[in-house]
Amino acid sequence: MDSIADNNMAVGYETAPASLMAGARGRKPRRTLSRRNIIVYGTLTLVALYYLLPLYVMIVTSLKGMPEIRVGNIFAPPLEITFEPWVKAWSEACTGLNCDGLSRGFWNSVRITVPSVIISIAIASVNGYALANWRFKGADLFFTILIVGAFIPYQVMIYPIVIVLRELGVYGTLTGLIIVHTIFGMPILTLLFRNYFAGLPEELFKAARVDGAGFWTIYFKIMLPMSLPIFVVAMILQVTGIWNDFLFGVVFTRPEYYPMTVQLNNIVNSVQGVKEYNVNMAATILTGLVPLTVYFVSGRLFVRGIAAGAVKG
Amino acid sequence: MTSVSVRDLSLNFGAVTVLDRLNLDIDHGEFLVLLGSSGCGKSTLLNCIAGLLDVSDGQIFIKDRNVTWEEPKDRGIGMVFQSYALYPQMTVEKNLSFGLKVAKIPPAEIDRRVARAAEILQIQPLLKRKPSELSGGQRQRVAIGRALVRDVDVFLFDEPLSNLDAKLRSELRVEIKRLHQSLKNTMIYVTHDQIEALTLADRIAVMKSGVIQQLADPMTIYNAPENLFVAGFIGSPSMNFFRGEVETKDGRSFVRVGGVAFDVTDYPGQAKLRTGQKVVLGLRPEHVKVDEARDGEATHQAVVDIEEPMGADNLLWLTFAGQSMSVRIAGQRRYPPGSTVRLSFDMGVASIFDAGSENRL
Repeated sequence: MDSIADNNMAVGYETAPASLMAGARGRKPRRTLSRRNIIVYGTLTLVALYYLLPLYVMIVTSLKGMPEIRVGNIFAPPLEITFEPWVKAWSEACTGLNCDGLSRGFWNSVRITVPSVIISIAIASVNGYALANWRFKGADLFFTILIVGAFIPYQVMIYPIVIVLRELGVYGTLTGLIIVHTIFGMPILTLLFRNYFAGLPEELFKAARVDGAGFWTIYFKIMLPMSLPIFVVAMILQVTGIWNDFLFGVVFTRPEYYPMTVQLNNIVNSVQGVKEYNVNMAATILTGLVPLTVYFVSGRLFVRGIAAGAVKG
Repeated sequence: MTSVSVRDLSLNFGAVTVLDRLNLDIDHGEFLVLLGSSGCGKSTLLNCIAGLLDVSDGQIFIKDRNVTWEEPKDRGIGMVFQSYALYPQMTVEKNLSFGLKVAKIPPAEIDRRVARAAEILQIQPLLKRKPSELSGGQRQRVAIGRALVRDVDVFLFDEPLSNLDAKLRSELRVEIKRLHQSLKNTMIYVTHDQIEALTLADRIAVMKSGVIQQLADPMTIYNAPENLFVAGFIGSPSMNFFRGEVETKDGRSFVRVGGVAFDVTDYPGQAKLRTGQKVVLGLRPEHVKVDEARDGEATHQAVVDIEEPMGADNLLWLTFAGQSMSVRIAGQRRYPPGSTVRLSFDMGVASIFDAGSENRL
């Protein structure tokens, strides 16, 4: 009896695992070379190449000497790598009578960008905070006017601003340009900050008021520490926007204060002598380096902040 | 002694009237609950008392001082919010002391008050943590602590337990009640949860559309609701309502609902009933007796549709007098669907409302 029972159990034990092993098990296999994947990755690669190719050409050309460039193959890598064009672009290239290269424009741009960014963000963040949390009388009207300002084309305002700056006695100076940049950044930055602050829990603001905190205490002690992402976004927007600005730079300053973009244009478009493509390329890359660095360093925060600022209107 | 007094308070947002000439007196040390569904103006009223909203008209007194135009910090109030509203970048300790630092209170005194609040709420181990490292219940404790350190006479609670899960909610509810018993401060508590209202309150103000419908102690609210709205709002499942007409026969009064005549001779307000009057008869589920009629008591037959055993109680849904009604009986008494039962009613605890005015008779 016992042996029969044992036998039966053994048979049962042997068949069960076999039936369990059959069929699907574990992780679902995925084909890597499916039609869908080929289309998706193919398109992405193509688009990436399309955008990277000019950059490649610029870098390659900037590292070649003029004789090599005259050969004419712009895609060929440099046979002899030389940094001569970079040095020349930075410190020797001529614009008009000055021959101290892009460095002058670089420092001008720094002196324009840094104060403009700081002042515009400082004012806009307080604006946004006041609009979002302290619903003062006429807040809606004020906000509407500011937003309308964002949609008026710059060109319309250039001449009136020239007159205003002249009357203020700052036309042609760095101060004048900084004022212009600060004002023009205001609508979009205020909107950005207002939306961000409006998205923060209202009860936090109420709790701070019950705690006795006033306008500035709440701003500095409660709101600011919670707003790093949106400040990063504002900073990126402003740094790249002001650094890349050409129009205001050329209109509102004198040649000795030209920002880097204007100076780059003057180097590249100079009609005297041979066109030094390698120097032009190097100068262009140098000019674009600042926004590029900003994007690389804070790209992740940028995306997060934009999303945060956009949620609530 | 009156602690908080609201006089003819009105609040309009543009053309919308949120509060309409509202009057409310709260005694010192009283626990008052503002109860109502969302949009009834209960939170708005609390925000007005706190000074977070400007009133359109009327006055607010706290400790006999007119604070209508005072800043929140000068009103002698502490407030606890639904979303805790802890400052995320500060530790628990800094959260508690923030308001005191703003008020420039000496550091030694701040430390003393924070330590006391932490002891009362048993959050000493959490003092160095950030709010993000706390559970919901701990966060709300800290939020209560922030009101506690302010050393104020009046505590305002704005739905403080609504973000917590059921178990924590009942735990913290007991804790708030214990806190009130030991501190004896005035507390104004806004909620839409009737259990919180009934368990915590000394008095409940039931609100609807910016108007206080009834202001009374919980048992009065529950047993003798002033109007149809309060009767339907309090109690779960809600009171059974029967629309009918008053009849008189052989010196006894009846409310006739379809083919059923409820004998209401024992109703306390029986004298106010007039023959032919259209009324609504309200019976709480637990005021209906199932197969428990005394000898000679009139009974009515009904069939069980659904049975909901809830442990301690058993809830029966029956069809009676042409409508669905709920009856609460002891948990161990079971009636499967389809059972026929004999109902009898205790009219001494029933409520009868005029069908037109909807007020209690």
